Amino acid sequence: MTFDVENRNDNLEAYRKLLLIRCFEETLEALFAEGKIPGFVHTYIGEEAIAVGVCSNLRTDDYITSTHRGHGHAIAKGIDLNGLMAEVFGKATGICKGRGGSMHVADFSKGILGANGIVAAGTVIAAGAGLSIRRRQTDQVVTCFFGDGGINKGTVHEAMNFCSVKKLPVVFVCENNQYAQFTSRERTTSVSDLSARGVAHGIPAVTVDGNNLIEVIGETGNAIDKARAGLGPTLVVAETYRFGGHYVGDPQAYRSPEEVGDRRLKDPIPMYEAYLESQGLVDSGYFEKEKEAVQELVAAAVSYAETSEYPNPESATDYVFADSMQDHQ
Amino acid sequence: MRSISFGQATVEATASAMRGDEAVIVTGEDIGWGGNFGQFKGLLEEFGPERVVDMPISEALILGSAVGAAVTGLRPVASLSFVEFTMGAMDEIINQAAKFRYMFGGQVSVPMVIRASDGVLRSSGAQHSESFEAFFSHMPGLKVVAPSNPADAKGLLRSAIDDDDPVIYLENKKITFRRGPVAEEDYWTPLGKASVARTGGDISLITYSVMTQHALEAAKILSEEHEIDAEVIDLRSLVPLDMATVLDSVAKTRRVVVCHEAWTFGGFGAEISSQINECLFGELDAPVLRVGAKSSPIPFSPPLERAVVPEVSEVVQAALKTLSRHPG
Ligand SMILES: Cc1ncc(C[n+]2csc(CCOP(=O)(O)OP(=O)(O)O)c2C)c(N)n1
Ligand SMILES: [Mg+2]
Repeated sequence: MTFDVENRNDNLEAYRKLLLIRCFEETLEALFAEGKIPGFVHTYIGEEAIAVGVCSNLRTDDYITSTHRGHGHAIAKGIDLNGLMAEVFGKATGICKGRGGSMHVADFSKGILGANGIVAAGTVIAAGAGLSIRRRQTDQVVTCFFGDGGINKGTVHEAMNFCSVKKLPVVFVCENNQYAQFTSRERTTSVSDLSARGVAHGIPAVTVDGNNLIEVIGETGNAIDKARAGLGPTLVVAETYRFGGHYVGDPQAYRSPEEVGDRRLKDPIPMYEAYLESQGLVDSGYFEKEKEAVQELVAAAVSYAETSEYPNPESATDYVFADSMQDHQ
Repeated sequence: MRSISFGQATVEATASAMRGDEAVIVTGEDIGWGGNFGQFKGLLEEFGPERVVDMPISEALILGSAVGAAVTGLRPVASLSFVEFTMGAMDEIINQAAKFRYMFGGQVSVPMVIRASDGVLRSSGAQHSESFEAFFSHMPGLKVVAPSNPADAKGLLRSAIDDDDPVIYLENKKITFRRGPVAEEDYWTPLGKASVARTGGDISLITYSVMTQHALEAAKILSEEHEIDAEVIDLRSLVPLDMATVLDSVAKTRRVVVCHEAWTFGGFGAEISSQINECLFGELDAPVLRVGAKSSPIPFSPPLERAVVPEVSEVVQAALKTLSRHPG
């Protein structure tokens, strides 16, 4: 396992990642309200402990596939913050040179095989990365993130069956935030215990409190270790809650403010702060100092993005093909 | 030169690519036993199940995993036997394979080949007879090839496997068993290079895949029965498209019929026709005509099937019509 629970640095690094994701996205909400961000933004606020927990157990050369709600996964896996922010702004310095945007951020050098605007599309792509690892005989691992809505897609089942039969090093992480867009899970999903879907494919499944970072680290660490050892896939169902709307600006008529208020009491960040304190891993004032430091990083990313140029319109059709056959038609 | 079938020619291209590059793998349904058209015969025996992977009947998985493998260091050749089965994996083709390179700002290439058999063959019915090249060609980021003979089948497949972009390789069912001369050594037929299958000065028949064979037959009839000398251009590759060869031919003949087995309406022929009009409007002696299937699903009953799908006689008729409009 990459993350050592006893190790102070590992814990503090995980804490910083939680804060980075939170701060990055709260900043995006504000920027979006100011009209500075084109398109849509889906935030991960409230769910950060899942991405951070999973990625604390991954190496840089391990892979993840992500979703439309992908900033958290990307930050946890180590994407460059400036490049990420600039991408969300649609700037030429963006990690995808402004071709992707919030829903399509990726950094292949960090094993981030892309956020994806198509629900659960990453699962079959992860299966292919697993096949490639097997063929290349490395000990890499793939983790694919998808939601409680995504678990009803055929791709999840096609991928689970295949990874199970081939014992591929793929860990399926279902982020059960109780909603798929504007529809609650129980209205569309045949089982309330989503881990049953893994059992159906002969895949061991565990359910974790997705807001409890230490629990996520522990359970996903086991799953990742197993995958790395050639023992095949695991389904991890992480129970959580989306604090914000489906997208920034969602009026959220489908749920009550009381429900959201109740769930906000179980915020993963204060929960982890309490843990760090209880373990005596931090001095007083540490959290405030960290929050300031993280705010500075995010502010620097915003200023990097704001001062960057938009891509040259003449380059609009660059990168369609690997060779220079853009003018073929 | 020895004569081998279209299917065998593709086996040779695949095997030689696999011998040359450990990253090449073949995946698909029922490929281990050799494939419906013998297009994978002997590969499992030579390369083993790690590289010749029999997949579950999970089309989205087959193509999605090809994308995942392609962006992590492999060169998968994924087969979906009948082209209709791509419909169960259209997301993986259109939203993933075609877009990854662009959407992620050129960070990765997606070197994969999607093989699928298309076209009408002896009453295979509405769901096993169609040709979808127009969908695929419409999508930026995909390359599309449709060989018409065993020699091109081998050379184009080799180029497709070695290409860094996703390539849809369409093998027409009617011609996969046909034999033709194929060189034994390795060779690469470039993507985006049409071939002049027959030279002639009176009319250009622009075509690809099985219709190249029909157009050649039509050209023979036109020559023997009507003293018309038709040029036949086999596009071979639709994306990239070798418009220069088409325009050279049309500038010479000033009359054109574009032929394909797929539906005329919204078909690839419309693109060719449009580009000819844009470039050579004033040079034409007659409107560009198209020959393709009528707008209906492909029927089962043999006389109905024949009624919907274009035949050699229709190519001949269209050519004669075009020539009769000659003002002189
Ligand atoms: C294939 C597909 N269908 C529908 C959508 C529209 N859509 C975007 S997000 C979403 C809900 C996904 O819910 P879930 O998987 O639970 O993820 P969450 O948004 O809760 O993180 C839907 C239906 C889509 N993007 N892709
Ligand atoms: Mg959800």
